[in-house]
Amino acid sequence: MRRFEMIARSPVVVALFMALAIAGCAKKPINSAGDLGLNGAGSARPGSTQDFTVNVGDRIFFDVDSSVIRADAQQTLSKQAQWLQRYPNYAITVEGHADERGTREYNLALGQRRAAAARNFLASRGLPASRIKTISYGNERPVAVCDADSCWSQNRRAVTVLGGAGS
Amino acid sequence: MNKMIRTVFSAFAVIIAIAAITTVPARADLKLDFSKGNVEPMPIAITDFLSGDQLGTNISGVIAADLERSGLFAPIDKGAFIEKISNPDAAPRFEDWKVINAQALVTGRVTKQPDGRLKAEFRLWDTFAGQQLDGQQFFTSPDSWRRVAHIIADAIYQRLTGEKGYFDTRVVFVDESGTREKRIKRLAIMDQDGANVRYLTNGKDLVLTPRFSPSRQEITYMSFEGNKPQVYLLQLETGQRELVGNFPGMTIAPRFSSDGQKVAMSLLQDDGSANIYTMDVRSRTTTRLTSTSAIDTGASYSPDNGQVVFESDRGGRPQIYKMGADGSNPQRISFGDGSYSTPVWSPRGDLIAFTKQSGGQFSIGVMKTDGSGERILTSGYHDEGPTWAPNGRVLMFYRFPPGSNSPHLFTVDLTGRNLRQIQTPNLASDPAWSPLLE
Repeated sequence: MRRFEMIARSPVVVALFMALAIAGCAKKPINSAGDLGLNGAGSARPGSTQDFTVNVGDRIFFDVDSSVIRADAQQTLSKQAQWLQRYPNYAITVEGHADERGTREYNLALGQRRAAAARNFLASRGLPASRIKTISYGNERPVAVCDADSCWSQNRRAVTVLGGAGS
Repeated sequence: MNKMIRTVFSAFAVIIAIAAITTVPARADLKLDFSKGNVEPMPIAITDFLSGDQLGTNISGVIAADLERSGLFAPIDKGAFIEKISNPDAAPRFEDWKVINAQALVTGRVTKQPDGRLKAEFRLWDTFAGQQLDGQQFFTSPDSWRRVAHIIADAIYQRLTGEKGYFDTRVVFVDESGTREKRIKRLAIMDQDGANVRYLTNGKDLVLTPRFSPSRQEITYMSFEGNKPQVYLLQLETGQRELVGNFPGMTIAPRFSSDGQKVAMSLLQDDGSANIYTMDVRSRTTTRLTSTSAIDTGASYSPDNGQVVFESDRGGRPQIYKMGADGSNPQRISFGDGSYSTPVWSPRGDLIAFTKQSGGQFSIGVMKTDGSGERILTSGYHDEGPTWAPNGRVLMFYRFPPGSNSPHLFTVDLTGRNLRQIQTPNLASDPAWSPLLE
């Protein structure tokens, strides 16, 4: 709890919360590894990883114990699919994550179910499923740490990570 | 890596000769009775073993700590002792021990042999009956003195409770360091009392859920090596490591069958389902046990290997199910409020331990194998992942408080009493208890 209060006072995290609040059209980047990165907003080169992360949004969020793609997530994934069709050279991995309020093994499976749901949605928007790998980290890689749903809701996520550009 | 493990585990090769030095069979039986529920810890005097150096004191200290931590014995403060044992082969002055209410007395001696080995002897006395209950001697290399102490503690525990001990055992677990967001996890192994911690992996790859083989010095665990999360086997004596099976997706939640011949695990599939498979360790053939679009995981075999318990959310929230070892006739057995996961069949066969989530709390509990008779043993913000001591009387699990996800290892006995933290060098999670060492 003390840790959370300390983090929450930092401007980086305030920026993160703002970015999340306007998910999809966020002007502040959240990098793919889940770090709190500020890489200079707004000027991402079209087609770059930063362009994808900042202007499209690399992640979607889930309700508790759910892998249903919410309406806000559908918007984000649709934009992802458009962008990824425009830049077909990126390899794609969808990382599924869970919050800490579950047991480890179940959360690994739940993270996979979320990643699969995101992949299936991207495929339904025209991306070949064969282009999309999935991996689950369960509750092993949270981006927010506290004992409240304000953190857990950020950790229940699927992140679309762009692999190396090229063939 | 291989070299490290070989060095680390050379201690397994120690040969210990045992000879009984009991002479008089006991008449009256000094025994703790478990069946009555609330057991008063038995007062026991554990004298320093005679030796020319500190070793005798160290050995009796480990014995006393083992017995005390079990919650069944109350070692008496050495300051209260009246008789100073000078000849551990002779009968003690029983009156001197009765007057300080020592129901049992342990005496012993440790001597260096000409060949460099240690000889450790102990005698266990019933002070009120005035007779010897047990006496044994052991030969070992000097660096195995802690193991000899655990073996003696097991002998005392067994003689006084009628049940096998669990002190000469190890625990494999996940050592955690670094921030929660970028936690470094290493496989580690230690004695059951937290001593002799040694590391099996270097922290480069995320590793989870190690489990001991019930029959060999071998573990199975999950590693994210090469960003391809899969189940592995690791031979502790040789350091030899191999992938379990050849599956197209992530495999998680490994656990050995009760004879050590199979590894059960879950395969995460493209459709988001998780199904249970087993691999025969010798033939390498894999068998699918469940076919569901839900999450089936956490498989654990019955001691006779005829049945498997597992968790599934096929009915909505995670619950515990039981099926035949061939996957036949799955039936839900948990029906309490909340959700249930991480079922583990007791080595005695009569109970299933689990993690329960209910009302914002995570609890460790046990139920009978038909799901009835649920008892919650511990509760907290997050208690997870029970593992049984080989005698089925004690459970180890990990617990973390709100906010930090900073886990530590704890033990609790079957009655829910005697909650103890195990000291570890760093944060620790995912404990798995070994069988009694051979």
